[in-house]
Amino acid sequence: MKVNKKGAIGLAAIVAGSAVVLAGCAGGGGGNETEAPESAGSITVWVDADRAGVLEDAAKDFTADTGVEVKLVQKEFGEIRDQFVQQVPTGEGPDIAVGAHDWLGVLVTNGVVAPVELGDTASDFEQVAIDAWSYEGQTYGVPYAIENIGLLRNTDLVAEAPTSYDDMIAKGTAAGTEYAFLVGLDPEASDPYHLYPFQTSFGAPVFGTDADGAYDPADLQIGNAGGQEFATWLASQGATGAGVFNTNITGDLARENFVAGKSPFFLTGPWNVPAAEEAGLNIAVDPIPSAGGQDAQPFAGVQGFFLSSESENRLAANEFLINYIGSEEVQTALYEVGGRAPALTAAFDAAVGSDPITAGFGEVGANAVPMPSIPEMGSVWQFWGVTQAAIINGQGGDPVELWNKMASDIQAAIE
Amino acid sequence: MRGGIRKAAAPHPSQHATEGHAMTTPTIEEPHTAEAPKPTKRARRATRIAEAASGGWKVLLFKVIALGIIDAMALYAILVLVQSEQWLIAGIVLAVTAFANWIYFSRGHLPAKYLIPGLIFLFVFQIFAAGYTGYVAFTNYGTGHNSTKDSAINALMLSAQERVPDSPAYQLTIVEQLGELSFLVTDPDGDVRLGGEERPLEPVDNAEMDGGKAVGVPGYNTLSFAQIVADQQRIADMAVPISDDPNDGALRTPDGSVAYAYVSKLVYDEAADTMTDTRTGVVYSDIGTGAFTAPDGTELLPGWQIFVGFDNFVRAFGEESIRGPFFSVLTWTFVFAFLSVFLCFAAGLFLAIVFNDPRMKSKRYYRVIMILPYAFPGFLSALVWAGMMNQEFGFINVVLFGGADIPWLTNEWLAKFSILLVNLWLGFPYMFLICTGALQAIPDELQEAARVDGASAWQVFRNIKLPLLFVAVAPLLIASFAYNFNNFVLIYMLTGGGPRDVSAGVNVGATDILISMVYKVAFVGSTSDYGLASAFSIIIFLLVGTISVIAFRRTKALEELV
Repeated sequence: MKVNKKGAIGLAAIVAGSAVVLAGCAGGGGGNETEAPESAGSITVWVDADRAGVLEDAAKDFTADTGVEVKLVQKEFGEIRDQFVQQVPTGEGPDIAVGAHDWLGVLVTNGVVAPVELGDTASDFEQVAIDAWSYEGQTYGVPYAIENIGLLRNTDLVAEAPTSYDDMIAKGTAAGTEYAFLVGLDPEASDPYHLYPFQTSFGAPVFGTDADGAYDPADLQIGNAGGQEFATWLASQGATGAGVFNTNITGDLARENFVAGKSPFFLTGPWNVPAAEEAGLNIAVDPIPSAGGQDAQPFAGVQGFFLSSESENRLAANEFLINYIGSEEVQTALYEVGGRAPALTAAFDAAVGSDPITAGFGEVGANAVPMPSIPEMGSVWQFWGVTQAAIINGQGGDPVELWNKMASDIQAAIE
Repeated sequence: MRGGIRKAAAPHPSQHATEGHAMTTPTIEEPHTAEAPKPTKRARRATRIAEAASGGWKVLLFKVIALGIIDAMALYAILVLVQSEQWLIAGIVLAVTAFANWIYFSRGHLPAKYLIPGLIFLFVFQIFAAGYTGYVAFTNYGTGHNSTKDSAINALMLSAQERVPDSPAYQLTIVEQLGELSFLVTDPDGDVRLGGEERPLEPVDNAEMDGGKAVGVPGYNTLSFAQIVADQQRIADMAVPISDDPNDGALRTPDGSVAYAYVSKLVYDEAADTMTDTRTGVVYSDIGTGAFTAPDGTELLPGWQIFVGFDNFVRAFGEESIRGPFFSVLTWTFVFAFLSVFLCFAAGLFLAIVFNDPRMKSKRYYRVIMILPYAFPGFLSALVWAGMMNQEFGFINVVLFGGADIPWLTNEWLAKFSILLVNLWLGFPYMFLICTGALQAIPDELQEAARVDGASAWQVFRNIKLPLLFVAVAPLLIASFAYNFNNFVLIYMLTGGGPRDVSAGVNVGATDILISMVYKVAFVGSTSDYGLASAFSIIIFLLVGTISVIAFRRTKALEELV
């Protein structure tokens, strides 16, 4: 109650504040690097519960080979970013932590990560994974898993993969189910992440890319002609048009309906596959059909391990990152616990060969673009979803005008 | 401590006697005590009880053990803190521990003995947190200004190392001579060279080779991996120039076994305190804004934390995204907080009166049901309500309204109504509880007396019960107002501040209250501006504080009235 009264902002300040106090106290429990800096040494790794087991094995090998001890500290995945940002400056942070590539903007801007030199091994990884972990021309982590959405198809309802969006709707309608196609949206904020492949199929990415292939915040592309076309199309598929997109069908409802066999198609990620398989559905993962004629490219989220800029054990940590976490053995083991396509090409190929679902998502992923990790993306999210929701629901007037207004609002927020 | 308690437990005989007489039901032993000057059975027993209460050696032992444990922990904490050079916190821990020891081992200071633990927790959880918020409000702490200048320079230099395009990977052996480290590198052509810090690479022709890689050179000791790890900070910072021309780059090693050629994008000039971009020649200097800044205003991030004075407060009122919707949000915040308290109180009071009526049967069971909403975590309830209020598939529209299409959360006014409705559901049990308690505390005689004087039921309620009730619950109503003023969780979970007017161009919706608006402004996407957020929380504190003080003053007047 006391905390609530101060509000979440106060809470954030308290958390930040107590982090300082706790850093002192936690130092008592952890006392990591400070205790034995001169001897064989040790490195500290923050890892989430799912991956801890795999890393334990890798750590054992590492210690046996090098004599350097690896201390694994389990953390909640979602909390690692903020704790890392807060603790690295105090000197109590880890040497290595696990995370998602879209944290990079925050991590780099706060100066808490150090680049990782993959050297010639960079080409052993999937290109999208390396691109995702690159920021301003530097690679900041060793990727291990690629995650992206794909089109789940109930093979009992529709036997063949659709060739285009219209073909998908036609097949879905022909299947005679309640919905031709499902995607989870939000009444207020739509879901730009899930609708992004349709948007890119009209040739409207969020940001343009510079010579290195990195997103250029100065080159906002979302409002281009393709974007306006997408807005018109979105309205035509929304409440006042074909009614395919329904913002009242949330992610949970979409999954429920798909699992109940009420639609042959479901645009979603690997996280919803277990539910469908448990329900006994026969499913396949298809490429996302194009609505605007160009490639439908979803966002890829790439998970990886990164290095602290304040690490006092940089050589040992790098060795562990590149030669152990980057090894095929560890990458395959991480795939087995996480179910996401491995980032290392050799492990990726093996995984794709053994599991058709992973192969399906992997195939879509090969075409995916990394989710922008630049801080400017925050300004995009603010306006993107609500505008999509308004267009889908036929509110607020002309879709193209709404889209243009959104683009100019984003531009203003970035500046 | 001992003396004090004994005195209290066995009062002076004469004193005791007066007390005894003053009591309505004196015991038989009472007069005895008054007459006999020497300790009686009762006095002895009292002494025994007092002795047991103050504990004698047992308490002393407990005290020693408990303080011993605390001291041991404090000592360990201090050692760790000193090792990590956190002098201030170490000093504070030392001072507090010393003070606690002094208090508990000295005689007297009885009030302090009781208050110290509470005071320490008050300091850690309230005063420190509030003080830290105040401190942060005057800094630029946030994304991009996260640490000290040294850390920022370190991070900038690390990120500035760019590998020379198309340069090979060099096989590396680290060798040592007279305490000085050198890189012994073998390039892909098999050429072996040796160099160190400030000593550009020189060809070596007598190196020991092992599988195409030079592993040693006469006169030098080859370092094992364990030795490399032991000295890794020094090795990681080593930059061995490839030639006399700095543009060729310098060799660095990320892992001790391979070296790559890097050129630095930035050069830090320590004397001038500037960063120079080696490619564009732009000079970034520290102009006191917490980041190296180019003449055209471009900042090199990461920057570092500095004091910015009242900048955050100026921004809080100057930022366009805040100034625009500020007044409508402020109005809604007041309306929301006031109506929430009023509705919850009205509902709670009504139910309390109904359930306080002696004619009501099975009160206990109803009461349990009434309390239920209070027993669920609020954020969970808000999420469940959000699902039930789904326009097309929600329970309310589908079942209660037979498939109606009511936009509970997506229409501006209905969303406001829904927020109030859900908050009423969440908040009335609390008001019901405190009203029940307060009503039961009002003596029945007052009511009976009024009845005898011929007052109607309404008059009894209006003129007797309600004023007495207000004396008890008014402070709680004020606290409830302050709580709802900052009821972030409900807004965030139920509507997220929406629905938004997409044509307004600001990220603020119809149901956003001050605190949720501040959250949106200070924490955009993944970037956070703790300085601005803290400034806002101070402003909001001042607002709520002022209102509370005024309200408490009025409550005092209420008390005098009765």
